[in-house]
Amino acid sequence: MSEEKYLLEVEHLKQYFPVKEGFRKVPLKAVDDISFAIKPGETLGLVGESGCGKTTVGRTLLRLYQPTAGRIVFDGEVLFDSEKKIDVDMHPFRKQMQMVFQDPYSSLDPRMTVEDIIGEPLDVHKLYSSKGERRDKILSLMETVGLNAEHAMRYAHEFSGGQRQRIGIARALAVDPKFIVCDEPVSALDVSIQAQVVNMFEEIQEKLGVAYLFIAHDLLVVHHISDRIAVMYLGHIMEIADADDLNNNPVHPYTLSLLSAVPIPDPETARNSKRIILEGDVPSPLKMPSGCPFRTRCKYATEQCAREMPPLTDRGDRHFVACWNK
Amino acid sequence: MDNREMKKSFLSAQVDVSKFNAGNFEKATDDEKRQQDVMGESTTFFKDGMRRLRKNPLAMGSIVVLVAIILAIIIAPHFVPYSYDEVITVNGQRDKTMTNLDFMCYSDKELAYMEETGEDLFPHIFGTDGLGRDYFIRVIYGTRVSLAVGVVAALMVVLIGIIYGSVAGYFGGKVDLVMMRIVDIIYSLPDMLIIILLSVVLKEVLAGKLAGTVLSRLGTNMISMFIVFGLLYWVSMARLIRGQILTIKNNEYVLAAKCIGTPNRKILTKHILPNCLSVIIITTALQIPSAIFTESYLSFLGLGVSIPLSSLGSLANDARAGMQSYPARLVIPAVIICLIVLALNLLGDGLRDAFDTKLD
Repeated sequence: MSEEKYLLEVEHLKQYFPVKEGFRKVPLKAVDDISFAIKPGETLGLVGESGCGKTTVGRTLLRLYQPTAGRIVFDGEVLFDSEKKIDVDMHPFRKQMQMVFQDPYSSLDPRMTVEDIIGEPLDVHKLYSSKGERRDKILSLMETVGLNAEHAMRYAHEFSGGQRQRIGIARALAVDPKFIVCDEPVSALDVSIQAQVVNMFEEIQEKLGVAYLFIAHDLLVVHHISDRIAVMYLGHIMEIADADDLNNNPVHPYTLSLLSAVPIPDPETARNSKRIILEGDVPSPLKMPSGCPFRTRCKYATEQCAREMPPLTDRGDRHFVACWNK
Repeated sequence: MDNREMKKSFLSAQVDVSKFNAGNFEKATDDEKRQQDVMGESTTFFKDGMRRLRKNPLAMGSIVVLVAIILAIIIAPHFVPYSYDEVITVNGQRDKTMTNLDFMCYSDKELAYMEETGEDLFPHIFGTDGLGRDYFIRVIYGTRVSLAVGVVAALMVVLIGIIYGSVAGYFGGKVDLVMMRIVDIIYSLPDMLIIILLSVVLKEVLAGKLAGTVLSRLGTNMISMFIVFGLLYWVSMARLIRGQILTIKNNEYVLAAKCIGTPNRKILTKHILPNCLSVIIITTALQIPSAIFTESYLSFLGLGVSIPLSSLGSLANDARAGMQSYPARLVIPAVIICLIVLALNLLGDGLRDAFDTKLD
């Protein structure tokens, strides 16, 4: 496993947020001990229901939050290590790691023209030597994401959701990054536009060789774009496997229920397929169940599940599952 | 193949393409293509706001009134031959009949002088006051002082408030906690008491140092008022700006800027402040009348500008003594204060309606 070179390695990453409960401060365990790795040019899909910590993972990786514990290695350089107390200045790495945001409406400054939005990363990292070069770079970025050159002087509110997301992608691409965190980039878009944008992500990956962490809650979209998929539940990774493998041979009961919820286009097949409906609600991340967080809703739960969190174990073919019983 | 033989229904509105050939079509010109472009004219936030403002008759009326007042106080002193502190003399001689003249009247001596020389003297538009000074020019200077005090004090308040509020709001956490408690403490100080105390103390301290400078004309009272504005009145502004920044900094575009690596200072000046500019403009417009009020109020109490300079408040105070006989002298400055304050308030409201809307 470690023979191949990874672009990004995350080990035992924890991100707790202090929440005041009366006079006590209780940690909200948004991300609790997750590990994964991404190869250059690879796409790791991250799925899970709302509030399971997907977005937090992405933001912690880019060090928009200060991680509570763990180790982040990017391109051979340690960005953060809580044990060795390594905490580097992120500024030079911002050129290599970028992010595309979920909401194309609030992620673009309403007072800036498209040219300035895309030009901002160029300005910050001084990636041009003359005004003309800046403009050329911006125009070529706009072309990459399928925007017309005459849109450069317009303001973000004059565009549709899909176009705005393209602007956001162009901004992320401006610094020529090796790794982009796509934080539910298509969730806010119409289904027809979703396909266009997802295909654009794939084209960009083919052309520029960037690696993605593609966060979404739509399994179909994630399956379409990802090489590997990680399933998250309440801050833990439950299962991580190659996209097709996960789709065809899901192991973890949570993955099974997620997959059974994917709508099937053919009504005949749909009628015959059994939907696994989970009982109960997601527990509050402030009052996590002991052991496996999923045990409160799992029909296979045993005593061991209440005692210990199952480790991610290899079930062959790089298919990792965290479950005692499956 | 069968399709070709299918007979067209006589009710069908479909165009029969077989009747046309390439010659029937022509390429759309660039001009025609441009007409298909559905996007509207690019507007900036500012242009959009101004368009809405122009549709607001109250706000536009206020602008007209304010512009008229400002033009009057700029131009009038150039063609009125009297000065605000000059007791009018005729032919170099003190004129005892000059006092308390009515609107557009001349004194007996002035009439005799005009008769004698045939020269036209400039009329006393608002008459003269009890000391024989031209009241019109005193009102003009009073308005100048009041407006200048209002604008300068408001700008001072806004500047301090923006810097303090944006730092507290942006950095949040403990910084915010400490900074806002300081604001709370300042908020609880009685401002009038401090103005009065400061002006008494400053009178002693500054009197010698200021002699001969421009500031001495304003008087220590005015300077202490500015100091008090700078010390005390910015707090509500700081609170407001902090609140704005707290909401704006949670927008994803701020996170995006952090992700890009934009330094904090640039995030504040390029992303956050421009987005609360509308609030800043509006509160500035509303801050000016409150400063003018305070100034008038203090001048009325005798703590304002030092004589012989006039302000609208001190003019009203002076007129109080002869209120029964010469009510106009009280009414004129009072009306001007009302006009300025009302116009600025209405303009502020108009600006808020025009700019404080959500885009999208």
